[in-house]
Amino acid sequence: MVDKVFQRRGAALGIVTAAGEVAPFMPGDRIRIKHRVPIGHYRVPQYLRDKVGVVQSIVEPSAIDNEEEGYGRNAGSRLHYYNIAFPLAEIWPGYGAARDRLQVDVFETWLEKIR
Amino acid sequence: MKDSHDHPHAETGATGRPGYYDFLESAVRELLIEKGHLAAGEIRRQIEVLDSRTPAVGAKVVAKAWCDPLFKARLLANGRSACEELGISFYDDTQVVVLENTSSVHNLVVCTLCSCYPRPILGLPPDWYKQKPYRARAVAEPRVVLAEFGTIIPDDVEIRVHDSTAMVRYLVMPQRPAGTESFTEEQLAELVTRDAMIGVIRANQPAANEP
Repeated sequence: MVDKVFQRRGAALGIVTAAGEVAPFMPGDRIRIKHRVPIGHYRVPQYLRDKVGVVQSIVEPSAIDNEEEGYGRNAGSRLHYYNIAFPLAEIWPGYGAARDRLQVDVFETWLEKIR
Repeated sequence: MKDSHDHPHAETGATGRPGYYDFLESAVRELLIEKGHLAAGEIRRQIEVLDSRTPAVGAKVVAKAWCDPLFKARLLANGRSACEELGISFYDDTQVVVLENTSSVHNLVVCTLCSCYPRPILGLPPDWYKQKPYRARAVAEPRVVLAEFGTIIPDDVEIRVHDSTAMVRYLVMPQRPAGTESFTEEQLAELVTRDAMIGVIRANQPAANEP
């Protein structure tokens, strides 16, 4: 798992990590799913756009961007998927059971951190 | 049973003209073979791979985890490597996360975008899993969907719906039923069904006449 903790350890040895190798989001981070409308292949369900959730875990292994790869374009460096949890009441107004939640794996390019 | 066989049967398989996708599949398959990318035997072999994966494989994994706490810990930490210990290969190069149902959490798996499913462990998904009513409703009203499967989840139990849409596949480990303390691993595996490993039902209760 190459996360910020890993990076701090490596920094003590002078280790420089490659672009995209360190996951920029950490478990516990609050994120918003971006409102993007790419044409073609993507793996983020519509109902999650603009929704706020919390990072549960960093999914390994990292992967290239399949929105680009699917069309034979340069899919860039490997980035991470993150498992994100959303209260179902955040997604569906009026949803009754407050603790029920949805978990989904979302690619890094769809996430923005809420500060 | 009668010896003679004089009554008519319905035709097995499609008898009408092949559809657009039938032609497309044949054309792509024949082109791939003709151009030497694949051999017919490789396609047959992959069908055998798929046919060898059934819910009975998943049931064995769950029953072993119920019986062997160390295996269970490894299974929950890394589903794929624990399954590989048992000789289950991941021909599609997916990871698998095993979700443990407890007295306070009930997990349910869906793929709203298509039909992502832990095929290396369970085989092909049931039709309802791939159809839109389940895919749309499992994320919006999971308690209602579960109730339609006969699964009533108490209000104080948290439901976690896993929308499996990316690189990872999810397998639910149901709770071990009460009254199975003396069961062997084989007997336990018989209580674990496909639907329990999707999370729409619990593991079956042992029949009254079993040990």
